[in-house]
Amino acid sequence: MSLSEKEKHRYSRHLLLDKVGESGQEKLKAAKVLIIGAGGLGCPVLQYLTAAGVGTIGIIDFDTVDESNLQRQVLFSISDVGTNKALAAKNRLEQLNQFIKFNIYQEKLTNTNSLQLVNQYDIIVDGTDNFSSRYLINDACVKANKPLVYGAIYKFEGQVSVFNYKNGPSYRCLFPEAPEVGSVPSCSEIGVIGVLPGLIGTQQANEVIKIILEIGEVLSGKLVIYDALKASQFTVAIKRNEEQLNIAKQIDFDSYDYDYYCGIKKEQNMNEISAQELKELIQKEEIQVIDVREPYETPKVEALNAINIPLQTIPQNMDKIAKDKKVVIHCQHGVRSMHAIDFLEQNGFDNLINLTGGIVMW
Amino acid sequence: MILKLKYFGMIAEALDKEAEELDIDIINVAELIHYFQYHLKDINFKIAVNHNLVDSTYQLKNNDEVALLPPFAGG
Repeated sequence: MSLSEKEKHRYSRHLLLDKVGESGQEKLKAAKVLIIGAGGLGCPVLQYLTAAGVGTIGIIDFDTVDESNLQRQVLFSISDVGTNKALAAKNRLEQLNQFIKFNIYQEKLTNTNSLQLVNQYDIIVDGTDNFSSRYLINDACVKANKPLVYGAIYKFEGQVSVFNYKNGPSYRCLFPEAPEVGSVPSCSEIGVIGVLPGLIGTQQANEVIKIILEIGEVLSGKLVIYDALKASQFTVAIKRNEEQLNIAKQIDFDSYDYDYYCGIKKEQNMNEISAQELKELIQKEEIQVIDVREPYETPKVEALNAINIPLQTIPQNMDKIAKDKKVVIHCQHGVRSMHAIDFLEQNGFDNLINLTGGIVMW
Repeated sequence: MILKLKYFGMIAEALDKEAEELDIDIINVAELIHYFQYHLKDINFKIAVNHNLVDSTYQLKNNDEVALLPPFAGG
């Protein structure tokens, strides 16, 4: 993809660099990058990738600009309040670089559209603000075998990594389990220092550019945690976990509910039992109790005589679960057990009861 | 055994410190997870020892640097 004279002038500072040059700039022009979420992280990513000359940029966001976003979402102006973020970002970015093709999607990323979208791009950038989207994006990138440039922020700290790059680890290899309901609040609930997404988003943009240009060391197999208060960073090595990658590959987008997996939505018709009711029930009749926690988790309640089947291993162990009597499923706090019941009910079980609040309520 | 602990995000907030040295009678990461689950209730975290993410069977050694890493959602 050759450059026009105007483009050569615009990108002249890149062309002067040995590691970029004309051939590097042509690679940028040929590249297609999808940015999911045009918020705090998405804005700096979009701004730098547009300026750098990434030829095709996809922007997906269902949300509209709110005045409270302007503290950190630097692409937007007062006049954008109320406008869809993907649209407002495109309007602003077209002023910055006329050589870029923007595809905007004013919708939510879903199980239905994610794979088809991800497949149209070379690199995916996660700028979302919730775990449902983060797991969905990870799984779509694993299925489609696309590198995922990850960023996430909390108050004054941020995390950056590149997942699924040249057989590297995925997000699930780092965090196999979604957090319990409400345990990790979002920026809108707890606040965030405005410059932080700028710091983390520009690092994401830098990783995208390195991947495209095939220069330097891509941040694969490593998580960087940046602390804005100390201007320090802490790096952790992450290994590929085949079991977690297989989970991502095998998830069926037609039936899997990420909001439910991440505890945002509760099963409507699930049978529940309190710890007190369970104490009474085991005196009255013979039931089976399944503990879906990891083997090392405590407390263990001897009176329940529970069979331990960790959540991830349930698909292989369904034959151990009784169908001819009541089965109470429990975990630590009642969330993993909900997922277990949801999965088992889809596989024909109708005798399952969730221990509300988990075994800690015992 | 002495462990050099580092805390991030909501874990540092919940414990009201970013680092400490603990003299603690613990053999592996599973036991350490128990210890912290009691203090941290439902905060989810992964453990890195000497800058490497480890699983629950990892055997801890004297003077290991142990980091508790929570996931962040924000963007």
